[in-house]
Amino acid sequence: MSAMRGSSRRVFLKQCFTGAAVLRAGGAMGLRAAAQQGAAPEKSRVVVARDDLLRGKGSTVDSRRMLGLLDRAMQTLFDRDHAIEAWSRLVRPGETVGVKVNALGGRGLSSNLQLVEAICERLQQAGIKAGDIVVWDRDTDELERAGFRIAMGGNGVQCFGTDRVDYEPELVAYGSVGSRLSIILTQRCSVLINVPVLKDHDGAGVTIAMKNMYGVIHNPNKYHPNGCNPYIADLNMLPEIRSRMRLTICDATTAQYEGGPAYKPEYSWKQNALIVSRDPVALDYTGWQIIERKRAEKGLKTLEGEGRAPHYIATAADAGHRLGTNDPRRIAVIEV
Amino acid sequence: MVHDYEMRGNVDRRCFMMCALASGAALGVGEFSAPLAAMPSLAGSQKQDDSQFTVEAKFYQKLPNKKIKCKLCPRECTVGDRERGYCGVRENRAGTYFSLVHSRVCTAHVDPIEKKPLFHYLPGTVAFSLATAGCNVNCKFCQNWDISQSRPEQVPADYIPPQRVVELAKQYGCPTIAYTYSEPVVFSEFLMDAADAGHQAGIRSIVVSNGYMQQEALKAAYGKMDAVKIDLKAFTESYYRDVVTGQLKPVLDSLVTLRKMDKWTEIVYLVVPTLNDDDAGFQGLARWIKTNLGLDVPLHFTQFHPEYLLKNLPITPVPTLERAKAIADAEGLHYVYIGNVPGHPAQNTYCPKCHRMLVERVGFTASQMLIRNNSCPFCRNPIPGVWHT
Repeated sequence: MSAMRGSSRRVFLKQCFTGAAVLRAGGAMGLRAAAQQGAAPEKSRVVVARDDLLRGKGSTVDSRRMLGLLDRAMQTLFDRDHAIEAWSRLVRPGETVGVKVNALGGRGLSSNLQLVEAICERLQQAGIKAGDIVVWDRDTDELERAGFRIAMGGNGVQCFGTDRVDYEPELVAYGSVGSRLSIILTQRCSVLINVPVLKDHDGAGVTIAMKNMYGVIHNPNKYHPNGCNPYIADLNMLPEIRSRMRLTICDATTAQYEGGPAYKPEYSWKQNALIVSRDPVALDYTGWQIIERKRAEKGLKTLEGEGRAPHYIATAADAGHRLGTNDPRRIAVIEV
Repeated sequence: MVHDYEMRGNVDRRCFMMCALASGAALGVGEFSAPLAAMPSLAGSQKQDDSQFTVEAKFYQKLPNKKIKCKLCPRECTVGDRERGYCGVRENRAGTYFSLVHSRVCTAHVDPIEKKPLFHYLPGTVAFSLATAGCNVNCKFCQNWDISQSRPEQVPADYIPPQRVVELAKQYGCPTIAYTYSEPVVFSEFLMDAADAGHQAGIRSIVVSNGYMQQEALKAAYGKMDAVKIDLKAFTESYYRDVVTGQLKPVLDSLVTLRKMDKWTEIVYLVVPTLNDDDAGFQGLARWIKTNLGLDVPLHFTQFHPEYLLKNLPITPVPTLERAKAIADAEGLHYVYIGNVPGHPAQNTYCPKCHRMLVERVGFTASQMLIRNNSCPFCRNPIPGVWHT
């Protein structure tokens, strides 16, 4: 598949939350110009890329359109004319890349398979060997239930859970968190690409980018009290995570606004979007607002009204963490 | 959660061994002896058959939307479908809550009962001691965090159902089964079944616990115990919140309930430098025990060793432990011990009336036991406890 496919179609770009909408038609140059216009340099860029025709007439995501959607998101985020250029800004040949998915929601609400395939394809085109890519989560059975094909060994893209290799024997600690880390993270990845799902969470409020790191540690059950706050922020401060984290590509093809984190079809919707950012706090804030808008549309209380607003996002942005920004004035949300 | 005495001395994270003393070695030193028999080691990555360990939980309430509320401990986790509670060993599957650790024994040893420590309960005997993974708190000083703070599938384990537990206890000459090392609250269903099986065969049950439990569960589960040791971690809510991730009040309630149930109970207080070693705390503790439990409840002040998330603190100085004991003695408590300090005279039991030594202990060994007919042989003062099988 050509790296240019995604940028050759008509695209829509608008800056939301500021109310200023910019419409652009055309190819990559249009995208690039619009992105420059929409985002001040000091702002954290969050790209929301959407394709209403992502599934065609069926419910399954079309692989080619997914690749195009991913390209559009990456080109916009990195301000590049070509997708491979964007990926080359992210990774270098010789690096080992972990693609941390979320497989908790089974086939209905796990990281989209076509998205993960598209990421792996672009990583290889950017010079990463297939065998140096590992798609992973905590449990191999969960990955299989979500539809991933398990591969361990050989030259192809690897895919398995931490249960196959265990956790590091020694603890690492930051603030309120003391945990053993997945050996996949510590020994198989020099780069981490986070591929969470956009969804509601009964404890944390929402689970998007930062909460997905709970799948990296051996004792996530210990960090659910108090809306997972400050645990999520503390966990993401661990040097082993923070130093590897390069990008979050949030799967919002199917999202869930209530009843999470388990898959509840009655509360899910087809958003047909990706949310991409290098700032996990800004991404989580943006994803939270999307969920709140859907909740309002459905006549549900806000998460604050339900007593489960995701306060961990503010904690992650505070002076003790500085993992990113949750200030909407400092977030450039770019819809394409 | 366990205190120093209850560290599994000869087991590391990657091995699963049963320290089996010869059945006649009732006064042996289990913690330091080489294992005589080893159970097969399970590789960490080996898949365990979850179904054989899975039973429906006894203490929970069903909620709408396939959620449940756990009623085992005061935390009362509300758990969504396919999620687990704080303990990590109980899982909601489509609205039904399951224990994943029934008969899932991740460590087992034959220990002197003094190691629990129980000093007034069958001294000089050994207990068949076992644990599963999991705990309902997260003490920053936990010595057994590798099992207590893990999910069951992360820890090698063997299937040892209640009847087999009883057989092993008898095989190794243990008059008691001890549920210990991690936190028995979280494997209550297994504990209850093993206790029933043991009683049918004349084997008693004892539990080493944090006491952080709801009243109904406590009465049902620990009602089956013959003796209980409670780790009272501190006498302030702030310590329970910051160091234990729990609450003090429910633990105090448990102690009162156990007293009303007439269960033989001993209390351990691990003294952690700078965190729970102030005089006011010791005095408050001693007064509370005197008022609510009576003067005869044994109280053990034990020495902290840096572990887990508190490696920055020093070992408890012996004078601090002696200060704690002096304060509790001054309040009138009859049996105040100092633990984890080998050779300290406060390891021994003395008659509170004539002050003669009645039980001498060397390490975890009761080297001399003079109590007869539950009384001091010198002045006939009754000595509370269960002294003979």
